[in-house]
Amino acid sequence: MTAIATTTSVPPVAAAMPAKYVLSKSEKRFIGLQLLFATAALSIGSLFGPLQALEFSGLTIGGRDLYALFQPLLASYYQGLTLHGVLNALIWTTFFITGFFTLTVTYGLRRPLAYPKLGWLGFIMMVLGLLTAAVPILINEASVLYTFYPPLQANWAFYVGLVFVVVGSWVQGYGFYITYYRWRKEHPDVRTPLMAFGSLITMVMWQIATLGIAVEILTQLLPWSLGLLPGVDPQLNRTYFWFTGHPLVYFWLLPAYVSWYAMLPKQAGGKLFSDSLARFSFWMFLVLSTPLGFHHQFTDPGVPTIWKTIHAILTYAVAFPSLLTAFTVVASLEYAGRQRGGKGLLGWIPKLPWRDVSVTPQILAGVLFIFGGIGGITNASYNINLVIHNTTWVPGHFHLTVASATTLSFMGIAYWLVPHLTGRTLWAPKLALVQAWTWFVGMAIFSNGMHTLGLLGAPRRTPLGVAPYVPANWEPRLLQTAIGGTILFIGAYLFVTILVVTVLRKPAPANLVPQIPEAESIQDPQLTPAWLDRWAPWLTIAILLIILVYGPNLFYQISNMQNTSPGFRLW
Amino acid sequence: MTTPPSQTPEPSVHIDPYERGWIIAAIVMLVVFALAVAVASYSLGIQLPSPEARVDPNTISSTGPFANPGLRELAPGRYEAYILAIGQGWYFNPREITVPAGSEVTFYITSPDVQHGFKLEGTNVNMMIVPGQVSSLTRRFDEPGEYNWVCHEYCGTGHAAMYGTLIVTP
Repeated sequence: MTAIATTTSVPPVAAAMPAKYVLSKSEKRFIGLQLLFATAALSIGSLFGPLQALEFSGLTIGGRDLYALFQPLLASYYQGLTLHGVLNALIWTTFFITGFFTLTVTYGLRRPLAYPKLGWLGFIMMVLGLLTAAVPILINEASVLYTFYPPLQANWAFYVGLVFVVVGSWVQGYGFYITYYRWRKEHPDVRTPLMAFGSLITMVMWQIATLGIAVEILTQLLPWSLGLLPGVDPQLNRTYFWFTGHPLVYFWLLPAYVSWYAMLPKQAGGKLFSDSLARFSFWMFLVLSTPLGFHHQFTDPGVPTIWKTIHAILTYAVAFPSLLTAFTVVASLEYAGRQRGGKGLLGWIPKLPWRDVSVTPQILAGVLFIFGGIGGITNASYNINLVIHNTTWVPGHFHLTVASATTLSFMGIAYWLVPHLTGRTLWAPKLALVQAWTWFVGMAIFSNGMHTLGLLGAPRRTPLGVAPYVPANWEPRLLQTAIGGTILFIGAYLFVTILVVTVLRKPAPANLVPQIPEAESIQDPQLTPAWLDRWAPWLTIAILLIILVYGPNLFYQISNMQNTSPGFRLW
Repeated sequence: MTTPPSQTPEPSVHIDPYERGWIIAAIVMLVVFALAVAVASYSLGIQLPSPEARVDPNTISSTGPFANPGLRELAPGRYEAYILAIGQGWYFNPREITVPAGSEVTFYITSPDVQHGFKLEGTNVNMMIVPGQVSSLTRRFDEPGEYNWVCHEYCGTGHAAMYGTLIVTP
């Protein structure tokens, strides 16, 4: 580790950037409002988690299953599962991400958004979309789960709402790009500050990826739900959906990576280990996130195996930047631990700031993500996927990604961000640490139970408490997931409570309020080669690769479209 | 890199030796996995569903082989099983099939309504059932016993009750 200690002189261009940027009151309000919607979605969506988990355990009250208690407010397990998926996986994440990126772009580039009104416009569209989609879900007119596979047909308002949420996030993205463009004009030779860099790439990746569901909803589902189209092609819609569905995972994950690379090293008391490899990872995600969606469709009848194989191999390729990230983040933490006096092979680990309410959740998120990553490679593995496809293994897996790597990191971020935005200090920081560990332990129990059940053959999206075919050897694992799910519920509500009480506190003196952490890199970013900070080549490769590995089959499926499936409402 | 450079260094990708080792290990691991998949699927003959036939879900229950779903013996020990996954009522038609041990069964499954799933316990027979498409896999059954298949895609209120049984007789 001696090679990394070399410091280099700062070239003059870097001096052109101001050292800090103070967010204005209205910027703080804008970001805070997005976090408020995100957290509200999480607090409602999380209500259904323990219900689902306890349903697994076969718990009945007075001889009636749990869901009977909530009628007519909640019609079924599936309505609850739709709410859980839409609010937690789509709304909590998207609103948190657009809010967080508003901060990382403005603070990273040290300038306000070029058009703050564009940001507001996007946000208002997202809110209108959320409300529009919420109405049919709440009145049981859209219990189609968050994958909304046709020919199950939701009320048209559900599809309109989703379009508005997605397009609203695009509009916020346009605001970021214009801001970046202006900054770049003024600073042609400066490396884009990493937190803004990662955020911009994530937004561009998102805009490419969401073309799939945009086309799905606008050309098939919406006209069909309005009665303008008599039928749809379910296989084609699965392909459209998974064009978006897998990169959606990276849209959730990359904001956590932005924090792990560009903030966490500073919070842990160290520096970013490698600026150039951090940037290389983000470019790889731009290039590789989208052209691999068929690995979600290995068991689909309408997709030739050759494309499934190609997408399987590309899925292995996208594991590479995550492995790079694992090294860089751990090396940065090791550097921090050694700066804090850690000695020996592993002696740096206990020296990390485990009492820091923001650092600990993010490290724990990373630890859970190791298992999420291993599971992800398993899922991508073509024939091995046959063992676990659509079993409870799959939700077990993505609770380690979106509900751990992403959500637990976002919780850690919120623990400095909400105090920073509101000018308060965090209420009960020790409780916040307990909260992070609660989530970690609950998730370990829950996801282990779900993975094991999946290997035993338990189907996902199924109220196993009432399924007639459950063998005895599933029972202990069903109970395990019920326990884990209940602990996670406690973790979620501890989080919400801590944030609510924090916001309601009296303002604190400015010197006690947490500042925006921005990690320095061990090697000056100006020494990172320019090709790692140029959009054209990477964007070109990304689009070409998508055309190459999606184009032929998509063209075939579209030109052989058979809109023969009318809508069904079987709930 | 032990002596600091005397002038502003040229930009370059700086890779630590440990990191280089990690990168190589990661690439080797992923390549080995990809090769293992290639070998398994092309040499060991492990199948994934692939385009079999396209059908009209509106007429599938009244015309063609799915009008009379069930088991057909092609030759001694070789069978075809035509199964309909039905969301309006949530059941498989037929709910049960019986074959002698040592039989090879080719499944043909589709749905007249919504998407379903088909996973036969303890085997690699795992398929999405998509209206308009026929899902097909072939598998040999040597061990006598009763094996459940379950619907693993949400298909409406009765989804959890939707399953069937393959009986392999000695």
